[in-house]
Amino acid sequence: MSFIELKNVSLRYDNGYLAVEGVSLSIAQGEFVALVGPSGCGKSTLLRVISGLRLPSAGTVTVHEKTVRGPIGSIGMAFQNPTLMPWRTVLQNVLLPLEVSAVHKQQYRQNPKPFVEAARELMASVGLGGFENAHVWELSGGMQQRASLCRALIHQPEILMLDEPFSALDAFTREELWQAMQVLYLSRKPTVILVTHDLREAVYLSDTIYTMSSRPGQIAYSRKVEFPRPRPLELTYEDDFAHIVRELREQIGGMRTQISSLKGVG
Amino acid sequence: MNARTRDTLIAVGATVGLFVLWELAVRLFKIPPFVLPAPSQAIQSLLPVWGVVMGHAWQTLWTTLAGFGIAVLAGVLLGAAVGTSKPLNLALYPILVGFNSVPKAALVPVLVLWFGIGTVPAILTAFLISFFPIVVNVATGLAAVPPELREVLRVLGSSRFEAFTRVSIPFSMPYFFASLKVAITLAFVGAVISEIAASQKGIGYMMTSASSQFNVPLVFGGLLVIAVMGIVLYAVFAILERRLVGWAYRSQQT
Repeated sequence: MSFIELKNVSLRYDNGYLAVEGVSLSIAQGEFVALVGPSGCGKSTLLRVISGLRLPSAGTVTVHEKTVRGPIGSIGMAFQNPTLMPWRTVLQNVLLPLEVSAVHKQQYRQNPKPFVEAARELMASVGLGGFENAHVWELSGGMQQRASLCRALIHQPEILMLDEPFSALDAFTREELWQAMQVLYLSRKPTVILVTHDLREAVYLSDTIYTMSSRPGQIAYSRKVEFPRPRPLELTYEDDFAHIVRELREQIGGMRTQISSLKGVG
Repeated sequence: MNARTRDTLIAVGATVGLFVLWELAVRLFKIPPFVLPAPSQAIQSLLPVWGVVMGHAWQTLWTTLAGFGIAVLAGVLLGAAVGTSKPLNLALYPILVGFNSVPKAALVPVLVLWFGIGTVPAILTAFLISFFPIVVNVATGLAAVPPELREVLRVLGSSRFEAFTRVSIPFSMPYFFASLKVAITLAFVGAVISEIAASQKGIGYMMTSASSQFNVPLVFGGLLVIAVMGIVLYAVFAILERRLVGWAYRSQQT
C-alpha cells in the first residue's frame, strides 16, 4: 500500500519550460526516499508538487489516497537555507508550526506548556539545549540548520520534505547532521523525501534512491539501500557503501555523457 | 567612559563644534548680521518674541505631523499594493515616479487655488512630499521576502493572508521604519515650503515676514527652530525603530 503516489506527473512552467515529465513514484509510509540528480533537474520542483505548493500540469499526486489539490498541511519542510525568522527567538521559531497548523493551533493556544516542553526536548536531542532564548543570528550555520530541522518536525508531521538542507554546510557539520537526522527519523518514523546532490548523503540516510535526469526532469533509475539502522558513520567508508555510491554516480555520469555526445552530433 | 556616553559625546560635540566655528567665523571676519548672523544673534533674536515663535512652531509641527500621518497611511496602502501585486506594480510605478519628479513647491500655488491660503495646503504639501519614500520602501520590503520563508508557512496549510501577516509584514518592518525617518524630515520641508509661499501662520511664514523686515537673525532663528524639531522627531522614530525592529540591526552585526 503506497502512502504517496505519483502517476505520470508533469509540470510545465508558465513560460513553457517543461520542468518535470512523466514521473511515477510510489512511496510507502515511513519510507526514507532520496531524489538525486544534477542541478536543475527538477528535484525541488517535484518536492513542491508533492507538497501541493504547485499543482502538476498533467498526472495526479495522491497522499493517503486523496488527490492533492493544494498545500496539504501536515508537512514539515526544511530548505537549503535555514529560513528562520530573525524577529523570533530560536524556540519561538521551532514552535511556529504549532501556531499555524490547523491540527495543533487550538490545543497549543489553550495549553502551550506540553508543546514547549516537547520543543525543548527536541532541541536538546539535536544539541541545541540552552539556546532556546538565543536570537537566530547568535547561532552558527549548522546550529541554525538544526533549529530548522526541529521546526520541520515539532508538529509531528507525517511527511518530511528536505530540500538540500545540508548542502550549505561544511563537511564535518554535514556528517554530524546526517547522524542527528537519523536519530530524529528513527524516533518518529515520518515519511521523508530528501532532495540532494550528495550521493553519500543519499545512501547513508535513505531506503530508496531515485536518480533524475534533467530537461525535462524524469526518474532515470532507482536503487534500494538495505543497510540496517542505526547506520554508523563508519559505514560510509566501507566497500558495500562505496559500491552503491559509485553505481549511482555512474548512472548520473552516464546521463551526462549522453547529453554531451548528443550535443556533439547536433 | 562607556561606549554609549562616548557616542553621545561625539554627536553632541560635533554639533556644538559647528556652532562654535560659525560663531568664530562671523566674529573674526566681521560679517554683518544682515548677511550672516552669528548663532548667538539668531538665538537672541528668538528670545523677545519667544511666545510668538512657539505659536508658529506649534503650527508647523502639527501641520507636518498631520501631513506625515496621511503619508504613512497612503504610503503603506500604496506600498502594499505595489509590493504584492504585479499588475498594480506595473500600473502604478510609472505614475508614482512621474509624480515624485514634480517639484512640490510648484504644486503649492495649485493647492492654494483649490483650498485657499493657510493650513490645508501646508498639510497636503507635507503629505505629497513625504509619502513616496514610504511607498517605495514598503513595496521593496514586501517584494524582498524570500519565497521560502512564505513556503514554510504555506506547507503547514496556512492561507496566503496568514503567510502575509506572519512573514511579509514583520519582514518588511525594518524597511518601513527606515522610510519613516526620511519621510518625517521631508514632511517638515513640505510644510515649511507651503508656509513660505502661502500662509499666515507657521515658522515658514515667520521667516518670510522677518526677511521682508530685514530681520535676518530671526530668519536664521526660524531655521534653527525647524532644525531642532526635525532632529527631535527623527530621534523619536529612530528610538521607535530600535525598540520595534532592533533585530534587523543586531542581526547585521555578526
